[in-house]
Amino acid sequence: MSMSILDVLIQYYPIFLKGALGTLKFAAIAVFFGSLLGSLIALLNLSKNKILNIIALVYVNVLRGTPLLVQMYIAYYFLPMAFPILEGLGKTATVILALIINSSAYVSEIIRSGIQSVDKGQTEAARSLGMSAKNCMIRIVLPQAVKNILPALANEYIAMIKETSLAGTFMLYELMYTKVLLATKYLVWQPLFIIAGIYLVMTMVLTSLVRILEKRLSVSD
Amino acid sequence: MTKNITKEVLIETVGLEKSFGSLKVLKGINEKIYKGEVISIIGASGGGKSTFLRCLNMLEVPTGGHVYFEGEELVNGSTDLDLHRQKIGMVFQQFNVFPHMTVLENITITPILEKHLSKADAQAEAMELLKMVGLEDKVNEYPRKLSGGQKQRLAIVRALAMHPDVMLFDEPTSALDPEMVKGVLQVIKDLADTGMTCVIVTHEMGFAREVSDRVLFIDEGIIAEEGTPEEIFDHPQNPRTKEFLSQVL
Repeated sequence: MSMSILDVLIQYYPIFLKGALGTLKFAAIAVFFGSLLGSLIALLNLSKNKILNIIALVYVNVLRGTPLLVQMYIAYYFLPMAFPILEGLGKTATVILALIINSSAYVSEIIRSGIQSVDKGQTEAARSLGMSAKNCMIRIVLPQAVKNILPALANEYIAMIKETSLAGTFMLYELMYTKVLLATKYLVWQPLFIIAGIYLVMTMVLTSLVRILEKRLSVSD
Repeated sequence: MTKNITKEVLIETVGLEKSFGSLKVLKGINEKIYKGEVISIIGASGGGKSTFLRCLNMLEVPTGGHVYFEGEELVNGSTDLDLHRQKIGMVFQQFNVFPHMTVLENITITPILEKHLSKADAQAEAMELLKMVGLEDKVNEYPRKLSGGQKQRLAIVRALAMHPDVMLFDEPTSALDPEMVKGVLQVIKDLADTGMTCVIVTHEMGFAREVSDRVLFIDEGIIAEEGTPEEIFDHPQNPRTKEFLSQVL
């Protein structure tokens, strides 16, 4: 007699809860550090230097044009071999690093479009006052760009919540990994439906939060 | 005129040219702007008025010729452009106030960042400037709460807070509702009366006539005619000037 989905959920909810929190955490880490790295890539992309443009272009296209799972395997097996320093960080770190780098490619495109969405009259006004290019970017353009891209960044976070499911392959304790844990108890199909349900609830809740955020931001214009 | 126009050249352009791709907008402009002068630039749209003005502070980089500001070459010069721009105020048709900052912050940010003024000093001065243009009660508002005329007055004092030696106005009233125009023109006139050197691109012919020491008529990338307001408006010589004025007056 196999257990019902509800029985499994009630009996093993701490495992699912820990997995769900792991998922939210890894996605947050990936998008946060991905945003920092992505900002840098966006600036390379918008620079007047052609070589920097090409570096950014190749970076973004390679990372967006290859599967995240492949990138994770490369990070997991190859990076510690190529850079012995990373070995001390452990295997978990290499997989998270792959998530961060992957996210940075998507975020850099969001930030680039955000910077380009700021009226060029803003830059002209700031520079005509004698503001340096650096101060103009930091104090005038970026604050307005960030406001424009907050919904897109939040959507990237939602997408990343689903992407992190691949990290379970490498024994990172996130939601998908609970399937591996419960398989040892001969529970196979029930956890899958519970996992799917939790992903659905998380993304739906966050999506409606983004909608509210979008409304708030458009009111202040 | 009781005004005190010196013989000191503030801005000089020599053979100034600007092309956008294959389109030649400025075709060699030689002009001297003296300290204390108020100059209006008139002409049909697309004739190069705004481009000329924007070359004076390098918002457009000329494709030929020279621009000298206070004796220093700005085109391909090794001079610090940011320092020069601090002395060349500019007011735009679309105001370009910073929407994410309060009225006060709009004015104080550049003096604090670039001239290293203390916050208190910058704010005290900003308050004086806001009183001058009747915006002191808007000090903590965000620009979205301001009318077009108020935004433009804010943009003017934001430029003045850098203590410029010259003010450039690029069609400052073209984007305003008609009832807002007068207030902004009055601010510019008051400023001109203090002896500030002003270069004004405008379609307000009455204003140009009233406020200017000299009027430049720019047509098809050259200064087709220049003179006192009386000379240009009452006795234009160039047929192009006559034709233009017959259409706008």
